[in-house]
Amino acid sequence: MATEQTAPPDIPTEVTQAEDRPDAAVVRDALGVGVAVGLSGFAFGVTSAGSGLGLLQTCALSLLVFTGASQFALVGALAAGGNPFTAAAGAFFLGVRNAFYGLRLSQLLALPKAVRPFAAQWVIDETTAVTLAQPTRRAARIGFTVTGLTLYVLWNLTTLAGALGARALGDTDAWGLDAASPAVFLALLAPMLTSATERITAALAVLLVLGLLPVLPAGAPVLVAALAAPAVLFLKGRDRHPAVEGDVPRTARAHDITDPGRSDTTGNSPKGQAR
Amino acid sequence: MNVWIAIAATALGCYLVKLLGLLVPAGALERPLVKRLSALLPVALLAALTAQQTFSTGHQVLLDARGAGLAAAALALAVRAPFLVIVGAAVLVTAGVRALGG
Repeated sequence: MATEQTAPPDIPTEVTQAEDRPDAAVVRDALGVGVAVGLSGFAFGVTSAGSGLGLLQTCALSLLVFTGASQFALVGALAAGGNPFTAAAGAFFLGVRNAFYGLRLSQLLALPKAVRPFAAQWVIDETTAVTLAQPTRRAARIGFTVTGLTLYVLWNLTTLAGALGARALGDTDAWGLDAASPAVFLALLAPMLTSATERITAALAVLLVLGLLPVLPAGAPVLVAALAAPAVLFLKGRDRHPAVEGDVPRTARAHDITDPGRSDTTGNSPKGQAR
Repeated sequence: MNVWIAIAATALGCYLVKLLGLLVPAGALERPLVKRLSALLPVALLAALTAQQTFSTGHQVLLDARGAGLAAAALALAVRAPFLVIVGAAVLVTAGVRALGG
């Protein structure tokens, strides 16, 4: 991490203008995010143990899966009696977004190939958010590493503490701890509801899951509800006049600031214009 | 045993998609439709999971103390409370309503 790699040509031009952030400021931001979110591993440990998973299983999830929403989803689906594969499928679909984070991060961090398999486990919402906010590659690498490390260590420690605590508490439902997981989902969901498309998708998904719960096997309703996403996109695509493409809200617009803009794709359109 | 299968499948799948993002050339996943879908899929899933875990038990749809807890979480969200406060509010209110016999 100490030596700067030879910078690939696609390094953002803003970098030269942007004021270098002192390393300490980057570390402070990264620690803030890592500690705050890392502590919520406690809620996961409690929820998982309360759902009937063993201590070893709960800790294995935090160590090996390490993407919160997927972990909560898996535990919730198993508790509801879902079979292992539908439960895993729901958790997996929630994890797919991390692939898109990785796309951005691999450009920003320019990690050596040999390091990538190790860095991959830390590619999650929080590390991405911190990394994208940094003006230089050095700051991005520091931000990613510090956030990843603190979050990973704390998330796993608090998972263990939560799972042990849940055993001590006995009936976790009496303590209201079964409300932790939906509250986590709501907190993750709320910032995503930026336009009518997102809100309609969410509403449709809620209707689908509640409508299908009584009739489909456990785990399946959530997967069917996920189809609300392609369905809304399809209807929207049919509705829209091809000429007014421009008014589509751009997703992840904040990310574009740090997106260097690829030069290796055959650009038959001006960068960022025709999307 | 079933639980371990689910854990293994989830761990493997989630790790591979993370790695995929780092290894694949950016162009491959940059198609607008793929990006839109990847942004919208978590919305649908999180909404469905929130509803399922708040308003159901097994195959039954029902309104209980968790509904009050979720309302408290929504309120905390609306006033931009930190993450842990949001979750804490849901837990406390749910426990409170249950203690009162709700």
